[in-house]
Amino acid sequence: MTSGFFWLDTFVKVAIALGFMLGLALPVIYAELKIMAHMQNRVGPYYAGGRWGWAQPIADGLKFVQKEDLVPADADAPVFKTAPYVVIMATIAIFVVIPLGPDLVARDLDLGAFYLLAISSIGTLGVLMAGWSSANKYSLMGGLRAAAQLIAYELPLLLAVLAVVVQAGTMSLTGIVEAQSAAITIGPISVSLPFILTGQIISFVIFVIAMVAELSRIPFDMPIAESELTMGYLTEYSSVRFSMFFLAEYASLIALSMVVATLFLGGYFVPLVPEAWLNLVGPMVVLGKAALIVFFVLWIRSTFPRLREDQLQNLAWRWLIPISLVNILVISFFAVAI
Amino acid sequence: MTIGDWLTESANWAFLFLAIPTFVASVMVVSSRNVVRAVLYLVIALGGSAALFLMLGAEFVGWTVVLVYIGAVIILFLIGIMITRAPLTKSVDLSHPISAKAPAALLSVLLFGVVAWAVVESFGLETIPLPEEATRTGEIGLSIFTSWVIPFEVVSFVLLAALIGGIVLARKDEPAEVP
Repeated sequence: MTSGFFWLDTFVKVAIALGFMLGLALPVIYAELKIMAHMQNRVGPYYAGGRWGWAQPIADGLKFVQKEDLVPADADAPVFKTAPYVVIMATIAIFVVIPLGPDLVARDLDLGAFYLLAISSIGTLGVLMAGWSSANKYSLMGGLRAAAQLIAYELPLLLAVLAVVVQAGTMSLTGIVEAQSAAITIGPISVSLPFILTGQIISFVIFVIAMVAELSRIPFDMPIAESELTMGYLTEYSSVRFSMFFLAEYASLIALSMVVATLFLGGYFVPLVPEAWLNLVGPMVVLGKAALIVFFVLWIRSTFPRLREDQLQNLAWRWLIPISLVNILVISFFAVAI
Repeated sequence: MTIGDWLTESANWAFLFLAIPTFVASVMVVSSRNVVRAVLYLVIALGGSAALFLMLGAEFVGWTVVLVYIGAVIILFLIGIMITRAPLTKSVDLSHPISAKAPAALLSVLLFGVVAWAVVESFGLETIPLPEEATRTGEIGLSIFTSWVIPFEVVSFVLLAALIGGIVLARKDEPAEVP
């Protein structure tokens, strides 16, 4: 949907993406506090806002904003100050290609899936910048661990996406959703099935594991392992800059969940809804599917212990990458054969 | 065409907006006294060149530069530097005597001259119309695996050789135990 004015369009799209990020990050933070508490038999936030502690994320945000913005004396100030922006920019840029409806996409790049992987790899750079410029050994160790982990899990992530691209025959995310909405005829019935049901179950599992690792969330949170590294590359950050990292983490959780919804769960498509209505119900459908993935990630977080560094690297290099390579072979075989 | 005419085109302003930071960052890469800072300037330079590719409608090449160079090569540079030493201050051993600087400067100027000469010689002032839309990735894939398949495989062979060479250089074989 375009109004014909380039700058107006761009402004509206950027505003929507920012609104999306903030508007969704707060509920997800609240959901994490509450869901984790219930899973671990605790009460969680209780008093803020009067009922169920609903205002807790807002209170936390205000707390961060009114703190002092510290820069360590030995730190490389310009790099230290730029690092949060690099991380958050890489996250926001993911929203550009995610389709919320047949016409509701900021820019339907022909290279959608490739762009997504390229732009999200920039976030690693921000993490390394933060780790190095803090002039703190904990930060440096955390940054290094984070980078080693992000590189290791970027490969399975990329290979899982590649398997989907092979089946869909296009890298455009809208094209991938359309490929999933095409009807498959089995005997007398003809249905549209998402890729997770038509042979991408292994890619789906690999993608979700690699995604949790890319987000550095428990059980893959070695980079900020509190018990040994204080807070990893976030140790020296405070105030607004810390909350930017924090926000970026939740925003990329949402963004990657929406990517999973698009690649494997059929995106904005729902069966039995007329084509013309998809632009209206599409956003809710994508968000609903993404919410399932977010819940799953929170569930993993509250029930699994942390992986050791060598276990973490073994899982990526010895298991996920070989499995995804075989997976691609099998899927390309069927893509050619059928 | 005068400079004034050249500046009336908005695309040329976009070019300058990208090219000047790329140029400045490239100079800073070699003149910076801090290793990590130099790598970070290299990121800006590479980002600028990726953006120039995007401006020319070569989306695939542009994003490949981002994914491969910024996303992988630079990250490995940074990990390498930070694992061995990551000085926050200026490194003294980065400054070389003029006898080392002069040949390097001469070589880069020569290389620039050769490339510039080759471009002017083959295209001159001819205006090449940009494609209306970005090149479709499917077409690039087809041409790589049909007309250019042998060069493509040769390049992958070079990479394989580099990989094996790296392993051979890095690994230390323990001498066999002599009873």
